[in-house]
Amino acid sequence: MKDFLLVFRNDFNAIPKASAEEMQATTKLWMDWIGSIAAQNKLTDRGNSLMAGGKVVHPKNVVTDGPYTEIKELIGGYSIVKVETYEEAVELAKGCPILKFGGNVEVREVKHM
Amino acid sequence: MNEQELIPHLFRTEYRKIVSVLCRLFGIEHIEIAEDIVSDTFLQASELWGLKGLPENPTAWLYTVSKNKTKDYLKRNTLFNQKISSEIKYLNGSTDEIEIDLSIKNIQDSQLAMMFAVCDSCISSEAQIGLSLNILCGFGVEEIASAFLTNKEVIYKRLNRAKEKLRTEKIQIEYPTKNEIQTKLENVLTTIYLLFNEGYYSSSRDTSMRKDLCFEAMRLNFLLIENQTTNLPQVNALMSLMCFHASRFDARIDGDGEIILYEDQDSNLWNQDLIEKGVYFLTQASTGNVLSKYHIEAAIAHWHTQQKDSLEKWEEILQLYNKLLVLEYSPIAALNRTFALAKANGREAAIVEAEKLNLVDNHLYHTLLGNLHMAVNPKKALEYFTKALNLAKSTADKNTIIKNISKLQKDL
Repeated sequence: MKDFLLVFRNDFNAIPKASAEEMQATTKLWMDWIGSIAAQNKLTDRGNSLMAGGKVVHPKNVVTDGPYTEIKELIGGYSIVKVETYEEAVELAKGCPILKFGGNVEVREVKHM
Repeated sequence: MNEQELIPHLFRTEYRKIVSVLCRLFGIEHIEIAEDIVSDTFLQASELWGLKGLPENPTAWLYTVSKNKTKDYLKRNTLFNQKISSEIKYLNGSTDEIEIDLSIKNIQDSQLAMMFAVCDSCISSEAQIGLSLNILCGFGVEEIASAFLTNKEVIYKRLNRAKEKLRTEKIQIEYPTKNEIQTKLENVLTTIYLLFNEGYYSSSRDTSMRKDLCFEAMRLNFLLIENQTTNLPQVNALMSLMCFHASRFDARIDGDGEIILYEDQDSNLWNQDLIEKGVYFLTQASTGNVLSKYHIEAAIAHWHTQQKDSLEKWEEILQLYNKLLVLEYSPIAALNRTFALAKANGREAAIVEAEKLNLVDNHLYHTLLGNLHMAVNPKKALEYFTKALNLAKSTADKNTIIKNISKLQKDL
């Protein structure tokens, strides 16, 4: 088994503000998706979702505020799954709810030290 | 209670207490001596009480006689005396006379110490359950064999090997420290839950034996609750879970010992008292920030105390299964999640999800798929149930599958 990192990206500013019901429905989509991966015994770590904003540290003590002017898409969260091949990891990623909201999932194999 | 009923009853309730106290006094390497002394006490009781009638306070009689027998043994057996009585005196802090403390407090402490000693991961979980039944519940080898659906020799060997292992590993029968509680409690809870499941899901037709196993598990769990240092959220959560399950005991088995499926149960037979206790312990469990799998399973079991189907009920159960699986994978949770998914998100979605589970060696997997296809594709459902029948082992499971097959064959 190999670990694959799934990174969820989206242009969060472009998403209209959701009502409480819509947010609940979105939470359900995420939980059903993560639950499906766990039910297949393919979940290593459900990971986390990230708060909006952030800081970027550059050389020479230069610190700037996120979001980052040159890219619109931000990392919204990540999970780690365990499967044999890239194809399987991609198959799991295809069910990710972020795709329904115009976002994308980057799939990367974890190199264990 | 007459004398004939009283002795087995006292054996069940008192044997384990005296054994635990003596074991703690002697150390794990002398378990057999403790067992012999207590068995001997009961033998004497059954002979004497039959002839002379019951003593005024039978329990006190047992305590006094076993104390005297212990003292006699220690006096007689010089080898034993030389080897370990110095240690005993040290433990007790007394100088000349060995004190055998059968107070309620010491009995409870000793049983708790024994529980933590027996549930050591140096022995298999089967052996942990066996020893718990033997030493902490006063079950004989024969009773344990019938609970495990095996013969006496197997259990006898299993128990002896386990005792030997505890001896060679020098496991101490000591009141657990905070640190030990942290490292060993999970193991203790697992053993209690396995013991409960042994009774709840056993394919033995002996209903009263099965009930006994469940209630013994609950009693052991209660020992942990009664003790302040082990009265922790996850301990209460497990108690709650077992109360909810046990509430359906009378409704889920018919007169012939056959399992009645949840949907077909008469909910009037559900034990409301146990349901209320389950709610109480679940509330007790909801402190601090520990969310154990027992919390989630108890919450699921709580929903199942409402027989009426509703979308809300199944949506909540689905989300609880999602959480449970994220915490810890198990095939049974994966199958149950998919069942809840069918109720909450619809059959189509559930079939897609079920096919991903890849549990082709599990008869419950094929039963689930059979059930999901039943209304829309009876031919396919029949195929799944036939596969399930080939894989099922227990008669109860086979009967349930056969019922479905004959129903389908009638419709086709």
